[in-house]
Amino acid sequence: MTRYAGNAEALRALVREQEVHRDVYVSEEVFQLEMEHMFPNSWVYVGHDSQVPNAGDYFGTTIGTQPVLLVRHTDGKVHVLHNRCPHKGTRITSETCGNTGKFFRCPYHAWSFKTDGSLLAIPLKKGYENTGFEQSHAAPGMAPVRHVRNYRGFVFAKINDGGLDFEEFFGESLSSFDNMIDRSPVGQLKVAGGVLRYMHNCNWKMLVENQTDTCHPMVAHESSAGTAVEVWKKAPPGTKKPMAVEIIAPFMSPYEFFENMGIRIWDNGHGHTGVHHSIHSDYSAVPGYFEKMKAAYGEERAKAILDENRHNTVYFPNIMIKGPIQLLRHFKPIAANKTLVESWTFQLVDAPDMLLERTLMYNRLINAPTSIVGHDDLEMYERAQEGLHSNGNEWVNLQRLYSPDEAGQTNVAVNGTSEWPMRHQFRAWTKFMTMGM
Amino acid sequence: MSMVAEAPLKNAVPTDQELIDFVVREARLIDEQRFDEWLDMYADDAFYWMPLEWNQTDPRLTCSLMYEDKLLLSIRVERLKGARTFSQKPKSRCHHVLQTPQVDSRDAAANRYVTWTPIHYVETRLDEQALYAAWITHHLCVEDGKLKIKLKRVDLINCDAAFGNIQLFM
Ligand code: FES
Ligand SMILES: [Fe+2]
Repeated sequence: MTRYAGNAEALRALVREQEVHRDVYVSEEVFQLEMEHMFPNSWVYVGHDSQVPNAGDYFGTTIGTQPVLLVRHTDGKVHVLHNRCPHKGTRITSETCGNTGKFFRCPYHAWSFKTDGSLLAIPLKKGYENTGFEQSHAAPGMAPVRHVRNYRGFVFAKINDGGLDFEEFFGESLSSFDNMIDRSPVGQLKVAGGVLRYMHNCNWKMLVENQTDTCHPMVAHESSAGTAVEVWKKAPPGTKKPMAVEIIAPFMSPYEFFENMGIRIWDNGHGHTGVHHSIHSDYSAVPGYFEKMKAAYGEERAKAILDENRHNTVYFPNIMIKGPIQLLRHFKPIAANKTLVESWTFQLVDAPDMLLERTLMYNRLINAPTSIVGHDDLEMYERAQEGLHSNGNEWVNLQRLYSPDEAGQTNVAVNGTSEWPMRHQFRAWTKFMTMGM
Repeated sequence: MSMVAEAPLKNAVPTDQELIDFVVREARLIDEQRFDEWLDMYADDAFYWMPLEWNQTDPRLTCSLMYEDKLLLSIRVERLKGARTFSQKPKSRCHHVLQTPQVDSRDAAANRYVTWTPIHYVETRLDEQALYAAWITHHLCVEDGKLKIKLKRVDLINCDAAFGNIQLFM
């Protein structure tokens, strides 16, 4: 039964000012439409160019559920290609990442392609003579994603021709990327440390929403962060607070802390928590780091960069970054009730190793499938995914600190416990879902 | 189920059999969820390490699934008892199958003993059951006449796969 395909009205009706219909989380049809419309209409994160430093380097990932390759072409530019052979559809690459040399060669019938995707050669080419092959879908080679933008190393792509251009889509929100990158004395990041992959039996949007959900840590994470605080209390007086406790204890901060931290709202569903401070504000200084920053930027600018304490910046549709600790979480949709969460970490080029060490500790303590904080969160998502099948109430409430004049406002800072960012994400959801429909 | 209390070592230097019994006992304490006794098997400066990468050598600048000292392990153990630990309502159960541990090296002078144990590990909660295969390397030492774990390294055969929750200990 199709209810929503080609029916922009029905899709719009799923999102109200203060609530959304459960079908945005549980309906497979809505999920398929997200893959067909919302993701292709949006600028979606693909990867970081440090993953493909040399010509011929590639990295395989997905835009929505579509397999793509990030590849460094012989001219040094980064391209995004659909990862399927134009012949029979075979995935071209064997490994997730590697170097293909000067061309890709399909392992099935040995068609080959330049690293910009264009067709290089076909064995027994004669067999295609006088067949009109030049007009076929196969002739151009591996189809490129036409709209690609490399923003200071972070590569985004938009599959559809319509929609907004890159600047319009992101607007002022790119300042969070700038701050994360500027934290390197040479203004450069490198993917480092390995990626944590964590399978979630819930809808991808539950994870996105959770990134600005500041009313849950002291409740859902009482079991992990609360226990950590209690256990730490028993340490002999005078013991130096370990890095792990610095990382995990702030999750137990009171409501007031989160109310005062503030939330900023930008256009198109983007926004960040931590306008004034965040759970990352009180980490110990890393020896030698500020000196390097001062030498690179001058004292005033170095201070301004490091005083920025943005907590979670959500980029619609499906990533979140933590500037102060150089971490990016990618919420990859697989099905209405299945999401792969990848948590990536970055090294600040030319900064002390200890920063990466702390980032990796954060990642495994909070984002690993073995993380007790992760266990707390996933339990809630899965219970929600299940509970939403109840017909007793078909609506999810997003009403906290609602004000009727908020639609259309941008670059405003509000109370840190507002659900405005979630309402805002769903306004963007409707926009990119129904765009051109 | 009842298990004999840990016997003190017969001599200053443990026999191979004593090393093997110790490793087997550790798995059994986990399966029986006797986590306080389990934690007592670890030296104060011990680490529990579950690498993320195949043949990983560095726990510091390469991420791991777990690289936890005794403080972090004790937070886990306390959390499992918590009244508001919702991901453990209902509780997980687990089950180890061990190959006979092999004593890879013994160095009485340095007080260092290393064993290697292939395992299958099952963790279950509600209707879900997951099977993992791993090799466990124990670095052991003798403290006050008792064996203690200095480092437990768990190398999953699919360490780089995407997992759901792993909530107990391998
Ligand atoms: S499927 Fe790729 S060459 Fe035939
Ligand atoms: Fe959380």
